Amino acid sequence: MKMRLHMILGVALAAFATASAAEELVRIGLAAPLTGPQAHLGQDIANGARLAIEEINATQPKLGGQPVRFELVVEDDQADPRTATVVAQKFVDSGVKGVIGHLNSGASIPASRVYNDGRVPQISPCSTAVAYTHQGFDTTFRLMANDAQQGAALGEYAAKIGKRVAVVDDRTAYGQGLADEVVKALKARGVEPIAHEFTTDKSTDFTAILTSIKGKKPDVIVYCGMDAQGAPMARQMRTLGIKALFLGGDGIQTAEFIKLAGTATENAVGSSPGLPLEKMPGGADFEKRFAAKYGKIQLYAPFAYDSVRVMVDAMRRAGSADPEKYRAELAKTDTKGVVGHIAFDAMGDLKDGAVTLYQVKEGKWSAVETLGGSSR
Amino acid sequence: MDILLQQIINGLILGSLYALVALGYTMVYGILELINFAHGEIVMVGALVALAVLAGLAGTGLPGPVMLVIATLVAMAVCMVAGLLIERIAYRPLRTAPRLAPLITAIGVSIVLQNLAMIIWGRQYIAFPPILDIQIYELAGATITNIQLLIVAVATLGMIGLVLLVNRSRLGRAMRATAQNRDVAGLMGVDVNRVIAATFVIGSALGAVAGVLISAYYGIGHYAMGFILGLKAFTAAVLGGIGNIPGAVLGGLLLGIIESLGAGYIGDLTGGFLGSHYQDIFAFFILILVLIFRPSGLLGEQVADRA
Repeated sequence: MKMRLHMILGVALAAFATASAAEELVRIGLAAPLTGPQAHLGQDIANGARLAIEEINATQPKLGGQPVRFELVVEDDQADPRTATVVAQKFVDSGVKGVIGHLNSGASIPASRVYNDGRVPQISPCSTAVAYTHQGFDTTFRLMANDAQQGAALGEYAAKIGKRVAVVDDRTAYGQGLADEVVKALKARGVEPIAHEFTTDKSTDFTAILTSIKGKKPDVIVYCGMDAQGAPMARQMRTLGIKALFLGGDGIQTAEFIKLAGTATENAVGSSPGLPLEKMPGGADFEKRFAAKYGKIQLYAPFAYDSVRVMVDAMRRAGSADPEKYRAELAKTDTKGVVGHIAFDAMGDLKDGAVTLYQVKEGKWSAVETLGGSSR
Repeated sequence: MDILLQQIINGLILGSLYALVALGYTMVYGILELINFAHGEIVMVGALVALAVLAGLAGTGLPGPVMLVIATLVAMAVCMVAGLLIERIAYRPLRTAPRLAPLITAIGVSIVLQNLAMIIWGRQYIAFPPILDIQIYELAGATITNIQLLIVAVATLGMIGLVLLVNRSRLGRAMRATAQNRDVAGLMGVDVNRVIAATFVIGSALGAVAGVLISAYYGIGHYAMGFILGLKAFTAAVLGGIGNIPGAVLGGLLLGIIESLGAGYIGDLTGGFLGSHYQDIFAFFILILVLIFRPSGLLGEQVADRA
């Protein structure tokens, strides 16, 4: 009896093995920080991509008539540029057909060269530095509005609030780049900034520049930098009696910003690329499916999910997982995803990427307005 | 006009903070001719210890000022012990070594303290809890807050207290004797080791107070906050004449006002050619000028008293 059971099991297993051998395995790489301070965000990306792969596999997908099964290969880039290039090389050498990642621009940019050399298409769900897609590589794509689009949205919003706009930036690549776009957008609307002051990403005292700006009677102060400087700046604005609106990019649109400066942040406005989850066309449904498997969404899961879908769709249209064949189709993507309308421009940037503005109300960020994206 | 007044007030507050930290540098230098580069880190430790204590007191319902006093006392105690240990471990064994050796250990201690703080408190910025009711006073179009007034008051009291201590007390006399000639002072019955240890302890206590005030004023603490602050305060001490207590305060205030006016007006004066991000450069530019034209500082070094 026992013998028979073993035999049946063996036969069943053999049958299963031949069935799966008939499917071709398509491996997609995913790189994000899975350890360290950003681990929760990296896991969020990995889980979003996992959900997409599971859902796609459940539909018994075919590429050019040939049944295939997709597999996600997850690697930790530790948010470190050097580790990112090592991971990238590993992906290229192991023959993955495409890569979703990385999280940080600082990791995405050096890795993108490796992918381009290896001719492997890369979709970053959330790296926003302009430089990432502006290196002349035809393998780099991103699914989120870049810093230029964000700066333009900030400028547009500031010009709507008032005509007297002061700009402060921290002279980092991020802050300076964002400030330049803000100023460009302001000037395009006939608003000449009343002041452009500078600080550093290590400063804590901004009273001198704020006082100087106060003398010019601002309606809005746009800060292009991070929360660790934005928080004391918001505090010092209060003590100097400056009533202007405090406006900033995603560097200050963080929980940390409110934690560090408390009530001084009330009414401050910060932007963040993408739509808020509740405004995403597929947001509510996605949240339900995601919660059933992985729990709460941190931030980037919907973007990672759509990145996988967009990549697999391109493979379907090309009828092949061969990067040289589906890359052109990927560039032609024009679809509606969970996060909104998805199409790429010539650079691989998201066309008309959405930027959402949030305002601190009673110590919490709440969405006030979305510029760009499907809202138009 | 109110803008100029506000800039001067901004400078005075910043300068008072520099002065408070500069006092610690100047005391140690006055006695040992040692630049205690770890002093900026002591300030950081004071701030972070106070923040930790405040976090621990959060649920007790004590009034804000009481919590602040408790946190300050704990921070002072921790910093005094730290100052004592640093002197004992890193400086005393090298007291007869060439002058460069203790300078190097000072830098080493500074790095060790920074990394220790990073391990204990992490890399993130720590928020100062909203325990203080910030009052804003108007003054001829300019504003000043109660915390800012407290900073000025503490810096002034710190200076007066130190001057009295050095010039009027028994310990002060022993300090001056040790500063003039360590060996002779020892022969006259002064316990040189104790006097030097006391100097470090007092300087560290002042540093702790400075750290608490800085984190209360700016609302944040961070493991790397002591570095630039230490450099600026050292500049202030040199500016006023290192080893000279009123000099440290004068240097601090001057530096604060120069930075404030510089950052506030340079953009407009140069038509945007130089911007306010050159704020930190003023401090070091002034330091170089003083070292070239008046190497002993505005009020003179105290070591010049030596016969």
